[in-house]
Amino acid sequence: MHAFLQYIQSYLDSDKTPGGAGNIFWATVYILLVFAGLSVAVIAMNWLERKILAHMQVRLGPMRVGPHGLLQPIADAIKLLLKEDIIPAEADAVVFWVAPFIVVLAAFTVFVVVPFGPTHAITDMNIGILFMLGVSSLSVLGIVTAGWASNSHYPLIGALRSSAQMVSYEVAMGLAVVSVILMTSLNEASTGTLSMIGIVQAQQAQGEWFIFKFFPLGLVGFFIFAIAMVAETNRAPFDLPEAESELTAGFHTEYSGFRWSLFFLAEYSAMIAVSSIAVTLWLGGWLRPFPNALTGPTWDLVFSLFPGITFLLLAVMCFYNTARMPKHPLFRVQTIGLAGFGVVLGLIGLILLIPAVRVRITDIFWFAAKVAAFMYLYIWYRGTFPRYRFDQLMKVGWKVLLPTGLVLLILTAIVGMRTELWAELQGAWRP
Amino acid sequence: MNPPVATPFFFYLLAATMIIGGVLVITRKNAVHSAMALITTLLAQAGLYLMLYAPFVAGVQIILYAGGIMVLFLFVIMLISIERAEKERQFNKQWLVGVIAAAALGGLFIAVYTTTTRGKVLFPEGRMTYGETQNTQAIAALLFDRGAGQYMFAFEIASLLLLVAIIGAVVMAKKRI
Repeated sequence: MHAFLQYIQSYLDSDKTPGGAGNIFWATVYILLVFAGLSVAVIAMNWLERKILAHMQVRLGPMRVGPHGLLQPIADAIKLLLKEDIIPAEADAVVFWVAPFIVVLAAFTVFVVVPFGPTHAITDMNIGILFMLGVSSLSVLGIVTAGWASNSHYPLIGALRSSAQMVSYEVAMGLAVVSVILMTSLNEASTGTLSMIGIVQAQQAQGEWFIFKFFPLGLVGFFIFAIAMVAETNRAPFDLPEAESELTAGFHTEYSGFRWSLFFLAEYSAMIAVSSIAVTLWLGGWLRPFPNALTGPTWDLVFSLFPGITFLLLAVMCFYNTARMPKHPLFRVQTIGLAGFGVVLGLIGLILLIPAVRVRITDIFWFAAKVAAFMYLYIWYRGTFPRYRFDQLMKVGWKVLLPTGLVLLILTAIVGMRTELWAELQGAWRP
Repeated sequence: MNPPVATPFFFYLLAATMIIGGVLVITRKNAVHSAMALITTLLAQAGLYLMLYAPFVAGVQIILYAGGIMVLFLFVIMLISIERAEKERQFNKQWLVGVIAAAALGGLFIAVYTTTTRGKVLFPEGRMTYGETQNTQAIAALLFDRGAGQYMFAFEIASLLLLVAIIGAVVMAKKRI
């Protein structure tokens, strides 16, 4: 028992990730934490997407189940779990059964290398970004097999569309990623890195986020990735594989109940995964805003108060809306519930203000905040853009993003090597 | 220090997965089932690369084979009518040639594994623990480094070969460009 406690203690002194330190106990704890956090994030996204989309369209969205529809995702989850799980008679039962699991496995496995902080990752791999791109590209296999195994027309067309789309946009995505990897090699040793933690540390060492590096090259790369990642996750305006006006529900038309909810879970966690790639590569990962311009202990203190204050503000919003609730006796339970939710949020905010917690949580908060901004963008896209036609989709992928990516890659290499190239040219001209 | 991943248990697990997957690829009548067995085999192979402390090769294996090529395989298979394909004759009864070829290949493997040239064995015993954390950088140095880079020419020739194949495919598929 004592040895076990010592084993747990030994990790706390090291400044490595649990995987890097080889500590199985803490690795398991981190895996469970990431899994729980993701599930909560997916549930929150489900509610937020409905509410935000509704408000964009001047509707109220869910209002009945709990105060302001806060319990709607839980009601949905219970409904999905209780629904009958139908396997069509003509379907290929084994493949039909396996397909959702492939998608979910691929969507969750990538979080092994996502760096929530310099030590807050399950593990750090030498091939970090390659691993993320590779494993997330496996999810298309699940989608294709799901569409095929349903043995029905709409799912098959959805699967064909999705495979063509995901393979095409992977190319542009890869080029944008490679241009960032070139940027990481701009140090004295001039060796780059593929490790997710290493990429953020390179941004820290070079003193700027890669989105501002070699302006406007970093920005262009970021835009290519930001477009390609929406297509990779099959979200609007690139949601052709499940275009509901043409294909009913696309590749998961024949799925119901629990298996359908697995697809749902995988879609949202894949969105979070690609958003965290974008945050890590271009937006400085866990680094707080302006780490160079606003330095010193005062600014450190100000920025470390942000997480607590954010939650306190959310609590204040809850209390404000509690006061605005109708005074009818039928709304009494809802009013008490909303006030209770506000109290919980306020308590979380107060806990995050404790100095010992503050220091450990701040990098996780900044990472999560940046990812949350991307999640809002996803909803905003869905509320704004009409769906692409398939030939337009292919045209954007192959004729716009791919050439831009190639030019970007070459330009980044030239600008990064400009002093060496200049020296070579001068040497060549001298007689 | 981390405990080594390259334990015999994992090797036998991955090798067994590969062999079972490989046998399923050639015995399934349904082409999609074969493709899925092939994906399993390729993923297990990526695991073997990881055991050899070559994470970069493992990552490329997953991206290219499991994520890229197999998706295109499935894409093509879906366009084939499975009902008709299942009724057609699947095996062309050349088991004698097959057995001879397999035996020759197996013999070659055994010969390579057991021969010693100038007192050196091709497969030395013991575990390779070469730079796991710098694997990608080591590969880059072998390919592109000005001093030590020795495989650059071969690498470029291979990419030229692929380019020729791509252009050839486009020319064959599309007469008017």
